Amino acid sequence: MAEPARARPKPTPETQHYWDGAKTGELRLQRCDDCSHVYFPPRPFCSKCASRNVSVFKASGKGFLYSYVINHRPAAPGFTPPYAIAVVELDEGPRLMSNIIDCEQTPEALELDMKLEVAFQKVDDTLTLPVFRPAKG
Amino acid sequence: MRRNAVAVVGAAETTELGVIPHMSQIQLHADAALNAIKDAGLKLSDIDGIATAVETPQQLAHYLGITPTWVDGTSVGGCSFMLHVRHAAAAIEAGLCKTVLITHAESGKSMIGKLPRSIPADSLQGQFEAPYGVYGPPSMFPIPVLRYMKTHGITHEQIASVAVFQREWAAKNPRAMMKAPITVEDVLNSKMIAYPFRILQCCLVTDGGGALILTSADRAKDFPNKPVYILGTGESVETPMVSQMETFDSSRAFRVAGPTAFQEAGITHKDVDHLMIYDAFAHLPLYGLGDLGFMPHEETGKFIADGNTRPGGKLPMNTNGGGLSYMHSGMYGMYALQESVRQMRGIAPAQVKDAKISVCHGVGGMFAASGTVIFTNEK
Ligand SMILES: [Zn+2]
Repeated sequence: MAEPARARPKPTPETQHYWDGAKTGELRLQRCDDCSHVYFPPRPFCSKCASRNVSVFKASGKGFLYSYVINHRPAAPGFTPPYAIAVVELDEGPRLMSNIIDCEQTPEALELDMKLEVAFQKVDDTLTLPVFRPAKG
Repeated sequence: MRRNAVAVVGAAETTELGVIPHMSQIQLHADAALNAIKDAGLKLSDIDGIATAVETPQQLAHYLGITPTWVDGTSVGGCSFMLHVRHAAAAIEAGLCKTVLITHAESGKSMIGKLPRSIPADSLQGQFEAPYGVYGPPSMFPIPVLRYMKTHGITHEQIASVAVFQREWAAKNPRAMMKAPITVEDVLNSKMIAYPFRILQCCLVTDGGGALILTSADRAKDFPNKPVYILGTGESVETPMVSQMETFDSSRAFRVAGPTAFQEAGITHKDVDHLMIYDAFAHLPLYGLGDLGFMPHEETGKFIADGNTRPGGKLPMNTNGGGLSYMHSGMYGMYALQESVRQMRGIAPAQVKDAKISVCHGVGGMFAASGTVIFTNEK
């Protein structure tokens, strides 16, 4: 029997651009054209001023480690413990949940405020997930 | 809302707490409800308002045989019952009903007749949190704590002391699940669940329930028990996505609900004799002490570690043993309310002498919602 797979996102019309972007190696955010507020998760209006004049743009993919836990048990399907569930603060302002790759999953290696950069983890032909790794240089 | 216009006249938990495999979840609701109705000296037919969470009010009304003129199914997680108290008080004052029953029950351990709580894959949590390996509250609720610790200079030992002192209170309570004394070292050496939290910093998972009966203060004096008046209340919600909290340095929902209740009650922190802060995990009392305005967040860890909230301390907190040691069926708010009512009636197992004002603060979801109720036994 196959291992139970990791939880998959099911895009909705207003989040589709985010997942399409991930497939092409872009981390996409939205910005309000009226008040310049940058926000996440995706929605077709500004959560600060309620304007519907919003644009999608390619984020820098740079940020820092805001906080995390290292899950030891029980593990989510598709994950082998211990693994970090992290919250990354992007240079553009929004925070998002992610995993940290290319890094030991230990409190010593995962230093709060460490610089991170986005990477793209291809799950299969229809799904790529943005994850983060320690920034180079 | 007017202060002291509404009172709790009935309060009870399920006949048993802990592992109750011979009762379904809805039966646990009924068991708690019937105990509370008996406690108030009422008949089922006296109830004209009902509120509950997860289980629907229509299910509860039908099962118990109640014909309500007011219903509330607010379901925002473990603090739903604090919100029910607030809403019920307003409804009674507005004349929408006279006698409200609020129930909670959960077959959290035995999972008998328990409603599923799943996260749809096309919800925002399903899309932007679940794929990263969150799996139940222990992998989500502590996510903010490392940032909180770094910002405010809180140590692992200080947070571990929360569990140690909860256990001291539990030792005084015959109905508490866990009574054996523990030390900070025991906590920090216990099984790792989700770093930085170990098993002794996570709540229990048990079966049980509780119910409250509220009526107007004018009627309350005719009931068999000492009335416990509602002095002030507050509520708020923030986000179901822990990653999207405004900041991890505090809880916005706490910062709205708590101070709203204090303002409504017209009291200061010095007036508080007894405090309940929903401790699903060991960091919550720190957030609560800071966000309710008892002290700056920088001082919360030291305040607890110094023993101020333990038996004999100047601010007795979570005197039933809390979610960490008393019981936690998944939604703990009702048990915190029950302990505040017992303290105000003067019948708690670990009774705080001469306590006149009790603050009961709850959380729902992973910092998603919050409700605060301030009780007094003086009109
Ligand atoms: Zn805007």
